[in-house]
Amino acid sequence: MNNLIEIRWHGRGGQGAKTASLLLADAAFNTGKYIQGFPEYGPERMGAPITAYNRISDKPITVHSNIYNPDYVVVVDDSLLECVDVTSGLKEEGAIVINTTKTGEELKKHLKGYKGSVYCINARKISEEALGRYFPNTPMLAAIVKVAGIMTNEALLEDMKGSFKHKFAKKPEVIEGNMKALEMALKEVRKI
Amino acid sequence: MGIRERLSGNEAVAVAMRQINPDVVAAFPITPSTEIPQYFSTFVANGQVDTEFVAVESEHSAMSACIGAEAAGARAMTATSANGLSLMWEMIYIASSLRLPIVLNLVNRAVSGPLNIHNDHSDAMGVRDAGWIMLFSENNQEAYDNTLMAHRIAENPNVKLPLMICQDGFITSHSIENIELLEDDKVKEFVGEYKPEHYLLNQKEPIAVGPLDLQSYLFEHKAQQAEAMKNAKQVIKEVSEDFEKLTGRKYEFFEEYKLDDAEMAIVCMNSTAGTTKAVVDKLREQGVKAGLLKVRMYRPFPAEEIANSLSNLKAVAVLDKADSLNAAGGALFEDVVSGMYVNNKNVPVVNYVYGIGGRDTKETDIEEVYSDLSKIVETGKAENPYRYLGLRKGEK
Repeated sequence: MNNLIEIRWHGRGGQGAKTASLLLADAAFNTGKYIQGFPEYGPERMGAPITAYNRISDKPITVHSNIYNPDYVVVVDDSLLECVDVTSGLKEEGAIVINTTKTGEELKKHLKGYKGSVYCINARKISEEALGRYFPNTPMLAAIVKVAGIMTNEALLEDMKGSFKHKFAKKPEVIEGNMKALEMALKEVRKI
Repeated sequence: MGIRERLSGNEAVAVAMRQINPDVVAAFPITPSTEIPQYFSTFVANGQVDTEFVAVESEHSAMSACIGAEAAGARAMTATSANGLSLMWEMIYIASSLRLPIVLNLVNRAVSGPLNIHNDHSDAMGVRDAGWIMLFSENNQEAYDNTLMAHRIAENPNVKLPLMICQDGFITSHSIENIELLEDDKVKEFVGEYKPEHYLLNQKEPIAVGPLDLQSYLFEHKAQQAEAMKNAKQVIKEVSEDFEKLTGRKYEFFEEYKLDDAEMAIVCMNSTAGTTKAVVDKLREQGVKAGLLKVRMYRPFPAEEIANSLSNLKAVAVLDKADSLNAAGGALFEDVVSGMYVNNKNVPVVNYVYGIGGRDTKETDIEEVYSDLSKIVETGKAENPYRYLGLRKGEK
């Protein structure tokens, strides 16, 4: 694992990309890391493209700018491929993780010749199966943790159990589904 | 040992306020400081503090309520940003001239217009001459620590001035980062109880607060305010030293980062200082003698100390996150330059206005400044001292 990992999230308002970046920061914090988790605030509205960021490091982080050369990019909604330059500045030794059902050929058109690894996951299917509703952020969180090797699957599951208990204190019925979504995503994220 | 936590800058300030447990908090929500009274009101509702929380109808009323509370003898706090501070304007001066040690967290944001909710320092710079102590914070930790030190500085009998703690809106206020918190009981002990000398609710000493003050007295009262601001320097030093004994975290008037043997340096405040540290580290690896002076205490302004600290450099750039629109340069630049002039320190200094309205300040922007400075070091000439950084070309 590199000393500093920088991650950029692309999502649409309401899909929970910001929450996912904060949950990732939390999980990495709990493994003893120094972390940053911050969204880029714009005119927030449901469905508008949003960006969020994570820095994870063994050393204190002093930089306070957005991330322009991320190690990893997470695309929570593949319709963004049409309108956002998601691979901008993305390091070739890094990877992009996309929530999609598109084929590798179809994705290539949008990735502007990106030479690094491309991972896909059908977060809609997982979310609908595990939760009965479409909340892509939980599967995407598991996917990036696995792809970037931020922690072991077991450590993630253990940690998120605690986080969900806290986050969903008023609706404990969704905890099991979210845990299931994490487990499924850890298994189903695949490199193309 | 402290408590290892991860909090946003706003959460950190709200936690500090919970630990301080002031008598009164009066606030009106405004982005990006809204979360401070929001989290704090939860602490009130949960019974974690016994503060009287006044949900006022405007920022003018928020500051007025704090003034009333402090004049009555209570400890009062508030938080705001940008136009919220603008609406307090009239009361900001009244708070300081009545010598009421109110503590305000200012989450820095551009003052409209046109409407912008993002970070720059135009709000803080608008009140730099209003008689408030102003401390700037690089990150959530410094915002928390400065808040814990605030009351002891402001309430000191030799000071009795209101104090504002600044941090960058969104950049640190909404970024979750590691932080080390103090235990509640240690904060309580460090901050201590407020024992005002004169106050309205003291039956044994009936007083008037804020009566008419015309030609015969106002000048003397203003001179007393100025004297209190001078006294604040020593008090800030002492309180910061006590805080270091408690936490191990050292705070001075400003932080010198790799400045000892530096040839060139950037002077700036708040979160940009962190980004600059990362650039300084990279340049140092390449053998470039770059340094940083991060101003923590902006009011009172440590003019002589900064002039001395910068005196051995060959080139200095002062970064202002607010444009004074005076055709001459930003406020921090003018403070630094006048301090150097009156202390006979002759070093080429240039000014960059940057980051306006939330324009992101990248490491490459800071590298550009050091690259410009290295040219000044070579030639000894600093032409066109009033510059822009990060402005799109061709749109000036």
